[in-house]
Order: sequence, then structure tokens, then C-alpha cells
Amino acid sequence: MTLPNSLRAQPDPQGNFGSFGGRYVAETLMPLILDLDREYRAAKADPAFRAELDALARHYVGRPSPLYYAERLTETIRKGAAPGMGAKVYLKREELNHTGSHKINNCVGQILLARRMGRTRIIAETGAGSHGVATATVCARFGLKCVVYMGAKDVERQQANVFRMKLLGAEVVPVTSGAQTLKDALNEALRDWVANVADTFYLIGTVAGPHPYPEMVRDFQSVIGTEARAQMLEAEGRLPDLLVAAVGGGSNAIGLFHAFLDDPEVAMLGIEAAGHGVHTDKHAASIGGGSPGVLHGNRTYLLQDEDGQISEAHSISAGLDYPGIGPEHAWLHDIGRVRYEGVTDQEAVDAFALLAGVEGIIPALECAHALAAVPARAKAMRADQIILVNLSGRGDKDMATVADAMGTSI
Amino acid sequence: MSRIANAFARARAEGRAALVTFVTGGDPTPEATPAILDALVAGGADLIELGLPFTDPMADGLAIQRANLRALGAGATSAKMFAIARDFRARHPEVPLVLMGYANPMLRRGPEAFAQACAEAGIDGVICVDIPAEQDASLGPALRAERIASVRLATPTTDAARLPAVLEGADGFLYYVSVAGITGQQQAALASIEDAVARLKAATDLPVAVGFGIRTPEQAAAIGRVADGVVVGSAIVDAIAGAAAAGTDPAAAAGNIVAGLAAALSRQEQAA
Repeated sequence: MTLPNSLRAQPDPQGNFGSFGGRYVAETLMPLILDLDREYRAAKADPAFRAELDALARHYVGRPSPLYYAERLTETIRKGAAPGMGAKVYLKREELNHTGSHKINNCVGQILLARRMGRTRIIAETGAGSHGVATATVCARFGLKCVVYMGAKDVERQQANVFRMKLLGAEVVPVTSGAQTLKDALNEALRDWVANVADTFYLIGTVAGPHPYPEMVRDFQSVIGTEARAQMLEAEGRLPDLLVAAVGGGSNAIGLFHAFLDDPEVAMLGIEAAGHGVHTDKHAASIGGGSPGVLHGNRTYLLQDEDGQISEAHSISAGLDYPGIGPEHAWLHDIGRVRYEGVTDQEAVDAFALLAGVEGIIPALECAHALAAVPARAKAMRADQIILVNLSGRGDKDMATVADAMGTSI
Repeated sequence: MSRIANAFARARAEGRAALVTFVTGGDPTPEATPAILDALVAGGADLIELGLPFTDPMADGLAIQRANLRALGAGATSAKMFAIARDFRARHPEVPLVLMGYANPMLRRGPEAFAQACAEAGIDGVICVDIPAEQDASLGPALRAERIASVRLATPTTDAARLPAVLEGADGFLYYVSVAGITGQQQAALASIEDAVARLKAATDLPVAVGFGIRTPEQAAAIGRVADGVVVGSAIVDAIAGAAAAGTDPAAAAGNIVAGLAAALSRQEQAA
């Protein structure tokens, strides 16, 4: 049931965001998911849990992350804009968090829940490695065994992150089934979970999977938007006109958007990875080039053929290289609250270089997709308007990929 | 009485458990599947589970994962699987056929279209791995409207509080997944299976078939003593893969395995 007066009250108790979401898992996992749901509700209502999470966020993660006015980026964009045009661009600096991305926000929350439930073994899937590193980090912090599933192809292209995870004490299992990327890592993590139900906690890294994961991960990530909303009111005395964030599974985007969903004056733009172009067969734009279906525990937009076979996704950014999207995004798209557009590999690489050059900030390739959509939008907005971009991660991990795309070697 | 109920009743009348055999449709090729299904029947299978291939079989072990990808690589489509089922029904009017697979291929054209296609092809039941009782509304009503049995799975994690929900709307038989895990792995301890089956049979009149991790005639015979049906999948799929790789006849390989299993279950009858 949709509560009529708020867009922030989703999902219903069965995990439905409109016609999306739900709990499409094997019977073996169903009791575990119901158990997780109960424990999560209890933890959410427990002031001690909240206090422990807040303390970790402040002293371990480094929250609050800064809200930064990107003055030179704004000036650069205004040079190509008509007089009086060119919105101010602000960045929410999630790349300054411990481990270098927003992923840690969710990991500290779920690790506290795992401890509360008495689980001793943590499993996770990872694409680019950001979630794997964040998971390995919290497992090291709390002395829990950690197993990270990672597509063999991603292991190859993200070797620095693989080494980081191992250094943090995690076992990294290369997944050689299927396309050997994030979707296959998720399949393998689910297979592990179903075979280790007694001691294992599955720490999902994005706002996908069976209920309550999309809701729970969103709640842990919504600190981004809650902070940004207050910071913007303090800096400008008003709310931003447009939010922009990259969407793979969609955790950084929903983290920014959620606190603003009931502010009708705030427009929102989710940027999907268009790869070589949404009209080609090499992209990861589930909304732009997909259709509704069921995968990995939820109903959402998927890249699939007419028989429901899942298509391979492609993006230069391993973190966006997934053929689905979180169910809340699917719903926000269907009701028209958030607009979703695509940005190609090349546009993302150009934006990556632009931000490095004018602001001295090297963004992750994931959020470089969001940045790529900004100049055209800003030029079409008045100079007194505001765009807020979620800078969800830092780009150190992407050096080799970007160098390769620019035709140079390191 | 339905074909599924008949098959279990006949085995019961013969004093043995029913033999339920699984193969992935289209593996190694869609063209090879009809002969493989015939070999299962000739070998003594009482009920056939035909796997509807999927790119992401997340509840399956390596053997069936590979079978799914082999089938899709060889051009398996939903239309071809329904055609295979329809032709099977024409050749074997009495052998129950259950389609087993994952939600996305089943729901792709809508649950009603899927249920109608099943009915037209003479399919008796459907097992959907990733539609638990809680999500029954996404497929169950459409199946029931076409009188297709919605076969439910119970597992070692299905506790007493949850069992009534699992049984609500269950039809055909109850599939007890004896191991918390994926297909093709180790077998659970016999004592725990016996307890679980007793618990399930106290809660339902449906026949209870036990699967996951049963590979050999000896294992099948042991399970057959405590359950109404024994499900074997990965061992047959492995035999098909081995034959296909060696260039020998996959149907013959599958038939041999099934004949051994069937013989072990019949000896149960003589021993009783």
C-alpha cells in the first residue's frame, strides 16, 4: 500500500515499491529474510543501536561529509552559458569517507546488525571493489570472517582493490560462471548464503535484493541526503533545484534523493551508464534500455531478451556494470518523481578529466557519469539556481581504466 | 485424478517410492531433449521435471548451471521448451511432466500467458525456485486458473510456524529440499530427512518427494524407504554432459542412470 501523503514511506510491509521490489528468493532463504526483517525493525527502534551507528559514522567513517561549492567548475560551465545563466554546482563529498566511497555508510550499519544477530561470517558481492573493500574494512574492525565474491573479469580489472581486500583479511573468491562480473558475483553470494544459513550474514552493497535489503540499505545511505539537505539550508538558505547522482544498483542516488522526495521544488536526475550508447548492445541502462522482470530477489527494470534471459551489461565503470536497478528507482521512474538518463563511457571519462582539472578532485568513474550530465543542465538553468551532485567515490581505483581510455599507459 | 496423483498412487500401489527425474531442457541441444526424455521414461522414471533454462540459476550448483548455459548456447528458447513438452505429451499421454525453473522466464510474457502455454503443452505442474509462498500472487492464481499444479518447496529452514503458509495453495506434490544449499552437493543425513518427511506428512495429504544431493541407487533406495518420491537431477545432468563431451549418446547415458535408480527403488518393493 502506498501512503498517499509521502513518497518517503515506501515500501509496504512486503517490500513492494508500487509493483516493484518484493521477496523473490528460494524457500531456504525465506525464513532468514523474515528473521532479518524482524531484527532490522527492532534495531531501528533501539536507541542504543542508533547511538552506536552514529558514533561509528562520526569517528570511524568521518561523517558528516562536506558539502562543497565547486566554484571553478561553476565558472567553467558559465563561460559557455548565456548571460545570467549557469547554475551553481555543489558537490556532496562522499569520496572523503573512510575507504573512499559512500559504500561504508551501509557497511557500518549492516555490520552492527550482523553482530546484533550473532552472525560470525560475512559474505558480500562486489563489482568495482568499493563495496568489497568497505565490507572487508568493517569485518577487520569487528574481527569477523569475510568472504567477498567478485567476478573474475572484475578481479582482473580492479587488482588494487583485490589486494586491499586481502590486506584487510578478506578472502576474495573470483567468480568464473556466467559473464564473470557483478551479476554473477551476486548469484554466487546467494549460493553461498543458502548453503551457510546458520552463521552467515549476507551484506548486500546496493539497494537491490529481496526485502528488506532495498529499504535497509537506503535507510543507511539516506544519511547522505539528510546531511546535504541541512548543509544546503545552512549554506544557501534554500533547497537545491536539482539533484544529480549516478545509478548502478542505485545506493548513492537513493541515499541523496530520499531526504528530498517530499520537497516538490527539488528535481532529481539519476544517471545510468549508457556504455557505448543505449541504442547499442553495450550499456548498463536498465531503465533507459530495459524492461520489468525478476532477478536477485526483486522485481525491477532489467536488461533482458524476449524470453527473460538476462543480458550482459556493459560500462567502463565496473561499479555500474549491472543489468538491473534497485526497485525504489524503478518505482520513482514509473511515478515520474525522478528522471533517468544515460551518459556514455566517453562522456564519463571527459567529466572525470574536467573535475580533476578545475577542482583538483579525482572522482570515481561511477560519479563521473553524474558529473557528465551537469554542464548541459547547468547552462539551461539561471545563475541563482543550484545543482547538487553526489560525488560518491574517489577515482584512485580507476587510474588504469581511464589511462587506457585516454590512450596512454601508466 | 491428475497425472501427478496417478503416478504417485501407482508407485505406492507397487510398494515403492516414485522416481522423479530432472533434466535441463535443451541440454546439450534442444534437438537432443526429446530422446533424452523418452530415455528417462523407458528407464523407469515416474515423473519428469523439465528444467526451463535461465541465464542466472542462482539456486543451482555447477552441473546444472553449466547445463543451463549449454542449453541457451545451443539455442534453447521458451517456445522450443513448450514444443518439446507438447510433443512429449503426444508420445506419453500418462507420464506427468513438471516444468521447473526461475521466475523471470516464467513471468516474462505475463503469468497468464505462461500458464496458458503450459496448459496447451500438456504440462501438469510448475516449480518456480524463486517464487516463495509470499509471492504466490505473481504466478499461483494464473496456474490455478489453468489447473496447473503449483508445486511448492519445503526446506530444512522451513519451520513449523511457516509450514502452513508454504502448504497454502500447494498442489501435485510437496518437494522437500533435503539440504540447505544448492543442487548437486552432498546429501543430508538420512535421520534428519526421515524426521522432516514425517513432519511434512503430518501437515499435508500431498505426496512428499525428497531431492537435492541424491546421486546413487543406494541413496535413492534409502530415501525411497521414508518418502513418497525420490528426485534425482544433477547425477543425470552430469551423465548427459559427460556423454555430450565424449561424443556418445546423451539419451543412452541418461537412460542408464535412471534404469539403475529405478531398479533400486523396485528392489525396495521386493524387500518389503
